[in-house]
Amino acid sequence: MNVQAGQLRNADPGPAGAGSDQLYARHETVYSQRITGRFRKFKWSALAVLLGIYYLAPWLRWDRGPDAPDQALLIDMPGRRAYLFFIEIWPQEVYFLAGLLIIGALGLFLATSLFGRVWCGFACPQTVWTDLFMQVERWIEGDRNKRMKLDKAPLSLEKLWRKSAKHAAWLAISVATGGAWIFYFKDAPTALAEIATGSASGTVYGFIGLFTATTYLLAGWAREQVCIYMCPWPRFQGAMFDEHSLLVTYEAWRGEPRGHSKAGTPPAGLGDCIDCGLCVRVCPTGIDIRDGQQLACIGCGLCIDACNSVMAKIGRPGDLIAYDALGRSEARGQGRTVPLRLVRARTLIYAGLLLLGSAIMLAALLNRSSANLSVQPDRAPVFVRLTDGSIRDGYTLKVSNKTREDRDYSVGLEGPAAARIAILGQEAEVAPVLRVEKDSVGTFRAFVTIPSGAIQNATTPVTFTIRDLTSAEVSRHDTVFSAPR
Amino acid sequence: MSSTEKDAVTGRETTGHEWDGIKELNTPLPKWWVYVFIATVVWSFGYWVVYPAWPGIAGYTRGLIGYSSRAEFDDTMSVAADARRVWTDRIAASSVQEIAADPELLAYSVAGGRTLFAENCAPCHGAGGEGAPGYPNLADDSWMWGGDLGAIEQTVRYGVRSGHEQARISEMPRFGTDGLLDRRQISDVGDYVLSLSGPAADAAAVQRGATVYAENCASCHGEAGAGNRELGAPALNDAIWLYGADKAGVVQQITAPRHGVMPTWSGRLDDVSIKLLSVYVHSLGGGE
Repeated sequence: MNVQAGQLRNADPGPAGAGSDQLYARHETVYSQRITGRFRKFKWSALAVLLGIYYLAPWLRWDRGPDAPDQALLIDMPGRRAYLFFIEIWPQEVYFLAGLLIIGALGLFLATSLFGRVWCGFACPQTVWTDLFMQVERWIEGDRNKRMKLDKAPLSLEKLWRKSAKHAAWLAISVATGGAWIFYFKDAPTALAEIATGSASGTVYGFIGLFTATTYLLAGWAREQVCIYMCPWPRFQGAMFDEHSLLVTYEAWRGEPRGHSKAGTPPAGLGDCIDCGLCVRVCPTGIDIRDGQQLACIGCGLCIDACNSVMAKIGRPGDLIAYDALGRSEARGQGRTVPLRLVRARTLIYAGLLLLGSAIMLAALLNRSSANLSVQPDRAPVFVRLTDGSIRDGYTLKVSNKTREDRDYSVGLEGPAAARIAILGQEAEVAPVLRVEKDSVGTFRAFVTIPSGAIQNATTPVTFTIRDLTSAEVSRHDTVFSAPR
Repeated sequence: MSSTEKDAVTGRETTGHEWDGIKELNTPLPKWWVYVFIATVVWSFGYWVVYPAWPGIAGYTRGLIGYSSRAEFDDTMSVAADARRVWTDRIAASSVQEIAADPELLAYSVAGGRTLFAENCAPCHGAGGEGAPGYPNLADDSWMWGGDLGAIEQTVRYGVRSGHEQARISEMPRFGTDGLLDRRQISDVGDYVLSLSGPAADAAAVQRGATVYAENCASCHGEAGAGNRELGAPALNDAIWLYGADKAGVVQQITAPRHGVMPTWSGRLDDVSIKLLSVYVHSLGGGE
């Protein structure tokens, strides 16, 4: 580091990591304190429901007949199929997954503009698993003060067993998390038996190891750093807020100036906040909500529970920290009452987009064809000149039969009237039939011949069609016929 | 060098190096990085013992587990060959005609033949069998030596002018360089054969050329220019020309004929591969 750059950085040397002047902030461990209350109760319920869904969903059964897996939710990688209850998705229909993600994103936008960071505070896997890990930590090492003391204490037998027990419990949860992930990709009962007897593949154990490691590291060690430094969502979710969004807010007009006081009315010149610091101690990301809206606030509402418990004790009105809209909170300070406005242009647009996206997805799902035709024109050679001067192009036809029975398809061509189509192996047939086995893709070679006089352009649009001889369903694919210039 | 100097601005030690008044802060590697590096060094000693490592005069240290990448390759290949055996056994026992008539074997042959073609044939005949000047197009319907499965298989197996005793051989006389025809006659006969598949350039020349053709060329290429596959004489009455479709190309071929060579593939490729290739070439579109 040369002197100039050093001067640019800072003129005030301090111990590394102590000041905000450093580029790198040393990590301060967050020892969040136990708290009870409305939001804590809601957080526990959300945790129970979400973990329940995660662990139990792969065990739901869904009968699809004898040839298909009976697991309701299954992504069958080797079989190249995804099953979601009554929906079966082929790899080329991965746009359904894209649509699902778009709907999820729009739902997130809507929820954020209405209720703030409910995703971050209650539903995000990082929050759910971190919450679970913190509770395990509290059970084994005790609450905030005991944990801080334990960490400062020199190594002793007690410290050793408590730390070992905590990490063992964390790892056990992590293994269960990583193991359950496998069940979404392999038949759950079979996979469990294989994993338990040690006969599963190395890939399976590798992925269990991977997700065990990420769960243990992210929920046990990284915790709030994931939200503050790694996650992109806090960085742009502010774009969905406005003064009507419900957020965790501190009523500064009522609380300030803060100061210690006894129960009862605060002494003249002081606000309701007695600066007890409980709101900071219970915070899972270790921030002070009284500093205002900030990136590191995940909106879990535990500081509301903390403050309300204190306000009740000292006999002051509650909701000094509240789940409230910024506009309402401010208006109350000026003696006005503003109603909560959930229906706004912003929320209407998000809701409209959500409905539109869902409707498009539903329409696509309902109109999903049972057969799909894909045509690839030959590239080498793009065309062949025959002895009589006519031009012949070769094509590879892929016919996906998405039904559970063998199907026959007739094949046709829309284009120049003089064009003749032939299928390799059935050159003599007037009406060739493409037979495709159930739940598979059939590959066929097709040749289209056009007499030299009947074609003028280097490329002529043509359309291949197939018709299911059982259901009369037609599938088409546009391509071109190439000829010499 | 042991005296440490502190940078006044950051309060950190410098390395003691100075360039034109600019000093470098001492930023050692992170400890974990150093430990990982040392661990990898220690780990490498294990490799020396377990895996082949040190070269010697007459060989190398084999390692405790006797690993060999060549042996691993051979194992992989034999596993692959075993997996294919269910198909290759059937193909070895079938004629090319039987293979082409069986949809399963046809699909297998087209897929396997494509790879073999890309490895062995594409340099001359093109990636899709489209050929090049002097190298026949295998996707069209013009065949010098026959386009049915049996004829294609024989050509693939023994080649053309390859030196194999069963190779296909033909030779066109050098009408120009050996003085069999003069320039005028060659030009006329060139006009004549081009008129068989296209508009005549010069009616008088075509007329004269017809006589020359009947006396010199018809015995191999046929009276109407239809060619003769027994002799490997290409048809002259179609739109396809191996050595150029213009008059200069035709005249050059009459004056001093070029004769392409295709190697014999029996002995280079096994019987199954030759059958796969024959069926694949037949499937390119021109098969008869």
